[in-house]
Amino acid sequence: MSIISKSATQQREMLRTGELTSVELTTAYLEQIKSRESAVKAFVHLDEQQALDAAQQIDTRRAAGEPLGDLAGIPVAVKDNLCSEGVPTTCASKILSGFIPPYDATVVAKLKTADAILIGRTNMDEFAMGSSTENSSIQVTSNPWNLQCIPGGSSGGSAACIAAGFAPLALGSDTGGSIRQPAALCGIVGLKPSYGRVSRYGLVAFASSLDQIGPMTGNVEDAALLLQVLAGHDSHDSTSADVTVDGYVENVTQPLSGLTLGVVDEHYGDGLEAEIKSSVEEAIRVYESLGATLKHIEMPHASYGIATYYIIAPCEASSNLARFDGAHYGHRADTSTSDQTSTSEDALTRMYRSSRAAGFGDEVKRRIMLGTYALSEGYYDAFYLKALKVRRLIRQDYDNAFKDVDLLIGPVTACSAFKQGEKTADPMAMYMEDLFTVTANLAGVAGISIPCGLTDAGLPIGVQLQSAPFQEDKLLRAAYMFQHATDWHQRRPEF
Amino acid sequence: MSSPETQPTDGTPYTVVVGLEVHVQLKTNTKLFCRCPTTFGQPPNTQTCPVCLGLPGSLPVMNRHAFELSMKTALALNCTIPHFTKWDRKNYFYPDLPKGYQTSQFDLPMSEHGHLNIFSENDEFADKQIRILRAHLEEDAGKSMHDEAAGVADSRIDLNRTGTPLLEIVSEPDMRNAAEAKAYLQELRLILLYLGVSDCNMQEGSLRCDANVNLHIDTPAGTIATPIVEIKNMNSFRAVQRGIEFEVGRQYTLWQKDKQVLGDMPKQTRGWDEGAQVTRAQREKEESSDYRYFPCPDLVPVVVTDEEIQAMQQQIGTLPASLRKQLLDDHQLTAHTSAVIVNQGLGFADYFLALATAIDDSRLAGNWMQGEVLRILNEQEQTIQQFKLSAAELGELLKFIQSGDLDNSKAKDVFAVMIEAGQAAADVMAELGIKKVDSSQLEELCQRLVDNNPKIVADVQSGNPKAVGALIGQARKENSNVDPGQVRQICLALIEKL
Repeated sequence: MSIISKSATQQREMLRTGELTSVELTTAYLEQIKSRESAVKAFVHLDEQQALDAAQQIDTRRAAGEPLGDLAGIPVAVKDNLCSEGVPTTCASKILSGFIPPYDATVVAKLKTADAILIGRTNMDEFAMGSSTENSSIQVTSNPWNLQCIPGGSSGGSAACIAAGFAPLALGSDTGGSIRQPAALCGIVGLKPSYGRVSRYGLVAFASSLDQIGPMTGNVEDAALLLQVLAGHDSHDSTSADVTVDGYVENVTQPLSGLTLGVVDEHYGDGLEAEIKSSVEEAIRVYESLGATLKHIEMPHASYGIATYYIIAPCEASSNLARFDGAHYGHRADTSTSDQTSTSEDALTRMYRSSRAAGFGDEVKRRIMLGTYALSEGYYDAFYLKALKVRRLIRQDYDNAFKDVDLLIGPVTACSAFKQGEKTADPMAMYMEDLFTVTANLAGVAGISIPCGLTDAGLPIGVQLQSAPFQEDKLLRAAYMFQHATDWHQRRPEF
Repeated sequence: MSSPETQPTDGTPYTVVVGLEVHVQLKTNTKLFCRCPTTFGQPPNTQTCPVCLGLPGSLPVMNRHAFELSMKTALALNCTIPHFTKWDRKNYFYPDLPKGYQTSQFDLPMSEHGHLNIFSENDEFADKQIRILRAHLEEDAGKSMHDEAAGVADSRIDLNRTGTPLLEIVSEPDMRNAAEAKAYLQELRLILLYLGVSDCNMQEGSLRCDANVNLHIDTPAGTIATPIVEIKNMNSFRAVQRGIEFEVGRQYTLWQKDKQVLGDMPKQTRGWDEGAQVTRAQREKEESSDYRYFPCPDLVPVVVTDEEIQAMQQQIGTLPASLRKQLLDDHQLTAHTSAVIVNQGLGFADYFLALATAIDDSRLAGNWMQGEVLRILNEQEQTIQQFKLSAAELGELLKFIQSGDLDNSKAKDVFAVMIEAGQAAADVMAELGIKKVDSSQLEELCQRLVDNNPKIVADVQSGNPKAVGALIGQARKENSNVDPGQVRQICLALIEKL
């Protein structure tokens, strides 16, 4: 059995005992990348030599008996919207071409402190806007389970990376489902932490009140391992919560007794594919067999989730993306030779307009326009303010639900991975990919996607668990119970 | 004294309506949302970090000290402090605004509904209370420097100032002429200086004032309002006064021609041209005035408790108005002297109080402060903190005046040497050989002079008291320490007795 099919948790132990070196481990992943990356296109930037150099250093330090961090010598892939000092950070957008951050995102700094090996930067939908990674301005990533299919998005590069065995651990970001949906579509584990659990400092913002960074891994223990490193208050992020971080790694294998799971009836509407429905129902039966009690929960406002999300997220995005104007960094259109006499537009406005027109892709433009419109005078109350009110009601639905149950269980997506190009012409169909995931972001609760089956076509299916804010410990332990009783997490694509 | 309503010689009576928006840079060591220093005058773009540069991924964290200084100011301006306040984004594109929005406060400012009292030293207007609508905290933008010489447009951006905490204090349109506006700004500046919350340097831009001006004109058909104009770029008190005066005249003349009233056109921004002493229409930074304000999702709202408000109230200390009252009521100073002392700032006032206490004579202390002390400070371009003499040292000198050892003119000579040589009053007097002439010695000298100068005595006796001056001159020749006043008094008394 190849070393790359082992969990990061196991690799960590082997590195600790000297059974394995970081150079061997890193080399094994780089070889897998070398042989398969051309088919998958998960990375937008690979740090091959730096990764090997870092691995060598870790091995040397370990040999010298130096104390090492919690992820010492283990490769980690990082989504391309997390700033890393001296490494290009593009958010898969032309407008950030050439931008090299002079600072580390807090999570990147934490990975470095943990002595992780930063192996490369993963592809994504431009500025994390999308559900298929097709909105990347750089390349289209394929789903390793079927190269004609999309890997999901927006963290599709990180999800494909784990599924393809390019790295044991990856970072994603989730604004409306961007960790959980690609995790489900690629048959891996993806955890969106509670809002405030992980610092957003250095995450290029899409929608600040919804964005969270989280682990994407091959199994639940590894998600616990990575979250343990990422979680905690950060003085650079006012919205990061000063709430105790539980011992995820230590606790993850401890089963929960007397677990009550909430089933949301609204999740089983017409849109849900039969195969997914039956797999999720089967997962629920597994939990019942493990002693869990079921309870039907009403989430009367959940059906407004998509509408609410597609007001709030674009509003915030329209402001967050204003800084990409060509004036200070990134792409600037050359307007010096353009016709300067035909319009009344001044040189500055012309530079802004041309730079942004050329730098942003269609979906990003669509959302900037949506948000700009919804925040405009005369529309603010009807759209933005109304959306905030509905958001509060959705949060109340969750608060009420978690009075009765420990966790919610349900599907992650309505359907499995679809063909590339299938939904690119239909933004609304693409937006519906977030149907079961957006409410967690709106409410700030935690959610995890774990593999629970395969379709007849051989595509992965995920089941989603959600917990009250800062109950990641419970979420991980419940997820592990399922994983322990099944073997879906061990399935890997043959490609 | 000008009345609120002005009657132009050739037209319809009108009332001037002025409201001021004052931006104050707060004196914090670091910026509002990052830890960069706020030092003025550093090389461009050296006081910056990912946060104030607005780099992708960076996040703001509020500087608590800036909020405290704002609270202190708002309380001193009699504002109420709500228990909940939040941050909003004001969205617009400009190169000196690297995030594409300014973090400010929109509908829930950190303070509101205050007031400030103004008065006129030369009775230009009656004492008056100006209401303050609100004061809110926001971040400053950077600076754009345009060089369009030789047809080559070259713009450079300095982001050192970006993120400096600014308190925007907005008055109600309660001022009725330029003099009132100037007085409001001067009193506000004085309060800010007393609080120690800002340098208030109008040249360096740590105090900036925009004025909203229009006229309410009485026409036979009723009162109409002219379109409101915002005047910017007024970098001195004089500029504020002149700018408003100019704008009043311009608006009246314009109205006579075009009869445009409020609402006929969008609010216009005009810049004060100091050289030409006129306001000029400015090209707008942003064509649309829709800033799409919304709550900043990167910052948590600020919750203020009653205890925090009370604790801050305790820290306000002496304010100009109460000090003025103290100098008038307790120290019996003239309105002018007390104004001079108060306007010099808290340090100067404290020096005065110490001096008055040391010599137990407020009038003498006040006269010296407003005269000699202020003269030296101005000459040497010093603050009272840099002044060579302590209040106790100066008090020693003034005590010699009180005891009659020194007359006022000699005291000034001694004072000059004290400053120059840094010596104590008694030492300087000893060195100059100044000592009080014994009263019997003085009597004897005067008697001798009267006896020896019958001609002068006769002159005085014949109704020319000024002739006694010749005796004084002889007395001073014999003994330079004599007090001329005393010599005059004694000689005249002796002549009377003859």
